[in-house]
Amino acid sequence: MKMVTAIIKPFVLEDVKGALEQLGVLGMTVSEVQGYGRQKGHTEVYRGAEYSVDFVPKVRIEVVTDDTAAEKVVDAIAETARTGKIGDGKVWVTPVETVVRVRTGERGADAL
Amino acid sequence: MLLAVELDSGTIAWMLTSTALVLLMTPGLALFYGGQARSKSVLNMMMMVFSTCATVGVLWVIVGYSLAFGDDVGGGLLGNPGQYFMLSSLLSETVQTDGLPDVAFVAFQAMFAILTVGLIAGAAADRMKFNSWMVFSLLWATLVYFPIAHWVFDLDAGWIANGIGAVDFAGGTAVHINAGTAALVLCIVLGKRRGWPREAMRPHNLTMVMLGAGLLWFGWFGFNAGSAAVANFAATYAFLNTVVATCTAICGWLIIEQIRDGKATSLGAASGIVAGLVAITPACAAVTPLGAMAIGFIAGIACAYGVGLKYKLGFDDSFDVVGVHLVGGLVGTLLIGFFAWDGAPAAASGVFYGGGWAQLGIQAIAAVAVIAYSGIVTAIIALIVKAIMGLRVDDDSEAAGVDEGEHAESGYDFSSLRSGGGGLGSSHSTLSAPTQVTATAGKEG
Repeated sequence: MKMVTAIIKPFVLEDVKGALEQLGVLGMTVSEVQGYGRQKGHTEVYRGAEYSVDFVPKVRIEVVTDDTAAEKVVDAIAETARTGKIGDGKVWVTPVETVVRVRTGERGADAL
Repeated sequence: MLLAVELDSGTIAWMLTSTALVLLMTPGLALFYGGQARSKSVLNMMMMVFSTCATVGVLWVIVGYSLAFGDDVGGGLLGNPGQYFMLSSLLSETVQTDGLPDVAFVAFQAMFAILTVGLIAGAAADRMKFNSWMVFSLLWATLVYFPIAHWVFDLDAGWIANGIGAVDFAGGTAVHINAGTAALVLCIVLGKRRGWPREAMRPHNLTMVMLGAGLLWFGWFGFNAGSAAVANFAATYAFLNTVVATCTAICGWLIIEQIRDGKATSLGAASGIVAGLVAITPACAAVTPLGAMAIGFIAGIACAYGVGLKYKLGFDDSFDVVGVHLVGGLVGTLLIGFFAWDGAPAAASGVFYGGGWAQLGIQAIAAVAVIAYSGIVTAIIALIVKAIMGLRVDDDSEAAGVDEGEHAESGYDFSSLRSGGGGLGSSHSTLSAPTQVTATAGKEG
């Protein structure tokens, strides 16, 4: 099994969620995060003082899938979240050793 | 021999109303400052403002009214501190001035004392020990506000009001220049907040700030028009100028923001309201509506730049008490020297109305005297309190938030873990905002 983690722009979340539903992805976890990559932050002027805003608001999506679906999930997220502008985000895949469904005790792929 | 008492019902009604209006400025100020605080210190900020009722309000009855309005005991510098102890000598229908029982005037002026001390709190946000603030409030009111109130508000004896003939209708010097100067001194003695000015420390709730500014404006009608102390033409005149000066001050502030920063902000509009009100406070019975509009506009511009001083000079005046109250108070007090019109109730003439430079000189003397006295005595009080009890909360408390550290409370208990668990379902996150589903439902149906 794989965990697909994506950092995306907040306003594309609904589109990404829709694309993953189309693929048959049954669940996901999202969280509001802040950070920067090569985009870096930007400066803002407020009440006559200039501030650097280093951490930009993003959304993190986490999806656990079986091995075969992982690549499709990555592609779906990358295509849907792409605006072509700086700061579109990143997607990466990590191996998952095991998963347990808390309610039933099912393990492995059955628990997805 | 007892004379027949002629009380004026109109004046009594207006002055009681004004008193309640000025009281409302204190919670208004708490909202105005509280919204500008960070969410972890909003309660402490509001408590600093509200607590002046507990300190100064009580002090007023014991000695404050006597020091400000007792018979003069030193060349217009101070009232007799023992004269009205517990106000017991005022409690008769016959003790009245122009048809207004003195007890009503005592209550009205109590609100001024409470508010003036509260104004200072905005410079000391996020980092001051609450107990030290309470002690500072008591000492500052006694040693700074009450004497200066005597100078400015005792029209028969005060050296500024009566001695040199400065025009200060409702407290541009005694309230705003005074509180602004004290705020400057206190925030320097107190030191900067951790992380200032590197961290932005932006306001956490601007809707509170705007509501607070609205309540301040509403209450300010009592402050300015009530300062006539009778229901007469001067009161209505001051009332009108309190409207129009504030309107142009918003214009001035927002124009500067648009030019300098590229955007007009809600904090700028709220601050513009306060700047205009501050500037017209001394001048509201001395200038024409056109003069009031000019003073408001100039104050809006001057204060919009004034709030930048703290970055240039490096003092952490957290919510711009100096930039708005000291600068705005100076603008209003000095511009009387230019815009005063002798047809107005205050009957002074400024440079633009054929009065020459004399009034401007008098206004400047009043302003400089208040700055000097307030600055020096505030520094002494702040240093004494610092030496004896310390002024600042410890670093951990400041980092975690002074609300928890000083009051064991937090303004916004959103975390279900803290409030006992089980409430994670009601998230305040933008992620959980419901999306519209009716359109798809229609298609499927």
